[in-house]
Amino acid sequence: MSAYVVRRVISMIILLLLLTLVVFILFSLLPADPARLTCGKGCTPEVLEANRHKLGLDLPVIQQYWEFMKGLFVGRIYAADSPDPVVCNAPCLGYSFKRGEEVLVLIKDRLPATIWLALGAFILWLAAGISLGIYAALRRGRWQDKTVMGISLAGYSLPSFFLGLMAIFFIVIRLQLLPYPAYVSPFENPIQFFQTMLLPWIVLAILYAAFYMRLTRNQMLEVLGEDYIRTARAKGLPERVVIRKHALRAGLTPIVTAAGLDLAGLLGGAIITESIFSLPGLGSLAVNSVNDADLPVIVGITLVTATFIIVANLVVDLLYAVIDPRVRLV
Amino acid sequence: MAEKANPQRAFLEVSDLSVQFPTEDGIVRAVDGVSFAIERGKTLAIVGESGSGKSVTAQAVMGLINKRNADVSGEVIFDGEDLVAMPEEGLRKLRGNKMAMIFQDPMSSLHPFYRIGDQLTEAVNAHEKVSKASARDRAIEMLHKVGIPAPAKRFDDYPHQFSGGMRQRVMIAMALINSPSLLIADEPTTALDVTVQAQIIELISQLQREFDTAVILITHDLGIVAHVADEVAVMYGARVVESGSVDDIFYHPQMPYTLGLLASIPRLNQVHGDRLDPIPGNPPSPLRLPAGCVFNPRCGYQDRVTGDLCQTQRPALESVGAGHRVRCHLPATERQAVAELVLSALGRSSA
Repeated sequence: MSAYVVRRVISMIILLLLLTLVVFILFSLLPADPARLTCGKGCTPEVLEANRHKLGLDLPVIQQYWEFMKGLFVGRIYAADSPDPVVCNAPCLGYSFKRGEEVLVLIKDRLPATIWLALGAFILWLAAGISLGIYAALRRGRWQDKTVMGISLAGYSLPSFFLGLMAIFFIVIRLQLLPYPAYVSPFENPIQFFQTMLLPWIVLAILYAAFYMRLTRNQMLEVLGEDYIRTARAKGLPERVVIRKHALRAGLTPIVTAAGLDLAGLLGGAIITESIFSLPGLGSLAVNSVNDADLPVIVGITLVTATFIIVANLVVDLLYAVIDPRVRLV
Repeated sequence: MAEKANPQRAFLEVSDLSVQFPTEDGIVRAVDGVSFAIERGKTLAIVGESGSGKSVTAQAVMGLINKRNADVSGEVIFDGEDLVAMPEEGLRKLRGNKMAMIFQDPMSSLHPFYRIGDQLTEAVNAHEKVSKASARDRAIEMLHKVGIPAPAKRFDDYPHQFSGGMRQRVMIAMALINSPSLLIADEPTTALDVTVQAQIIELISQLQREFDTAVILITHDLGIVAHVADEVAVMYGARVVESGSVDDIFYHPQMPYTLGLLASIPRLNQVHGDRLDPIPGNPPSPLRLPAGCVFNPRCGYQDRVTGDLCQTQRPALESVGAGHRVRCHLPATERQAVAELVLSALGRSSA
């Protein structure tokens, strides 16, 4: 098991290195010139050239990559030979001249809102999706099942920007049940935090819950037909034990996979939901950076998101072994 | 509990049991007016082809048929109580306790994610408040009884670490851990190697003697039936078509279907090259059971019955001797003649 983890971590690091290279090359091929974008209206070729040098964009791509990787481990000084060098401490994910800030700092500032949004929605959608999925499976073919599946279809079909705008329009503006969303840290003002997050959580959760209802229902229907479920009933176990302990556990594997990867994906930022509810998260940072062609920030966010997903993959695989004793991690 | 039981009643008495599943294609009659009885310590074999309703009958007795999806009617009197009318909670308390069941496929009948020991103690704890240690002791003792070597060590193993035969032993241990007075074994050896089959059957018989258990053995292996059964019920097309003692069924069979079953067993003394005598045709779909006698489309002796009785009238279960009952329109003399014919062809005489 521990040997397995070590091997997986090593391959994870290799994968991330390759990924940085690909991302780097991809973005260097973009037609946008980051140096031009830092230059403003009264740009002269001399200033442009100076900026290009400052950003290290005058170097070949491979050397830029090398500088980037070096910065990750030992930090980096931009324009060291100029009178105003810019210091970026290790681990340096790059420096946004557009925003005048280290990329890592930018990401660190935005990460909490994204994490809170993802976690809250995650808990909501798992609770709603799994419980309604089980409920529908146990009443297969009846009106309760059809109702749940109808809700699922609706949740699946409604785009989150529509749901989000409707929620703001009716609940915040018309009925004034909640104040207009304004993100604060939960440690600063928990009440305002919850008031702000409630709608984004629900809007985001509806989309995912729709999928988890279906997934859970189908898993449960499959498992409930298994022989060992009949054995559990023949033993005289109460039905709720049969469902929760025997059936749910057996149907859990694909749900865990989906949940792990969905959560990881969301930690990279829920672009639409964050934008609608003006949450200062990674998603809105990514959108703004793309609009600004703020290359270092885009590369940084891509890498952070990819890391989340790769780590989530490992965690999911480890969880398999915990859930199913037949799984051997080799 | 003995004072509660009615002396006229058998320990388990099933009468006119029917199970119907309404489906989109129509009503599936899985069990249609089945009756049988069994005493403690005795073995009743239910034989018949796949789809004849054997397993559904067993599950109906155990109360394992979901009443939301099926109509169950008739009576199952178990130690004086009617299981058909009993609410689910009452059935749950009996299941795995006073009555238990083992299933056909031991590979899929144990939960793959839980340890063997935990699955066994779960059966204890479902019915009794006992300490963890004593439940564990009982499970280990039971594993020992069913012949699992090093039971204390294997207690913590998962099902996938056991072979098929060993898993079936675990299933038997689980079924018998609360000393049930009724054990239903639904084709317990079908999925096992031949050499293991005999061991499992022997194990069931041995534990039956020890616990004085009534055993309902569902099988299509007539060899096993001849070996262990006291009573036999032959099922065909959701009905019991013939029932009686094992001698009645093997030596004095009366119903053409029973005769067909006996004729289709390979025999060691058969002349090499001689073909087996299978029953022509296929068993009926429970969606569309034939009118009249369910066996009529495959029966070769209808010309001996006057009129179209076989096609129009459902034959009653007729008593033809002490405990021997037959569902057939053939007149008694014709039944004898037909039996004579078939058995002599098999090199036996119906003495």
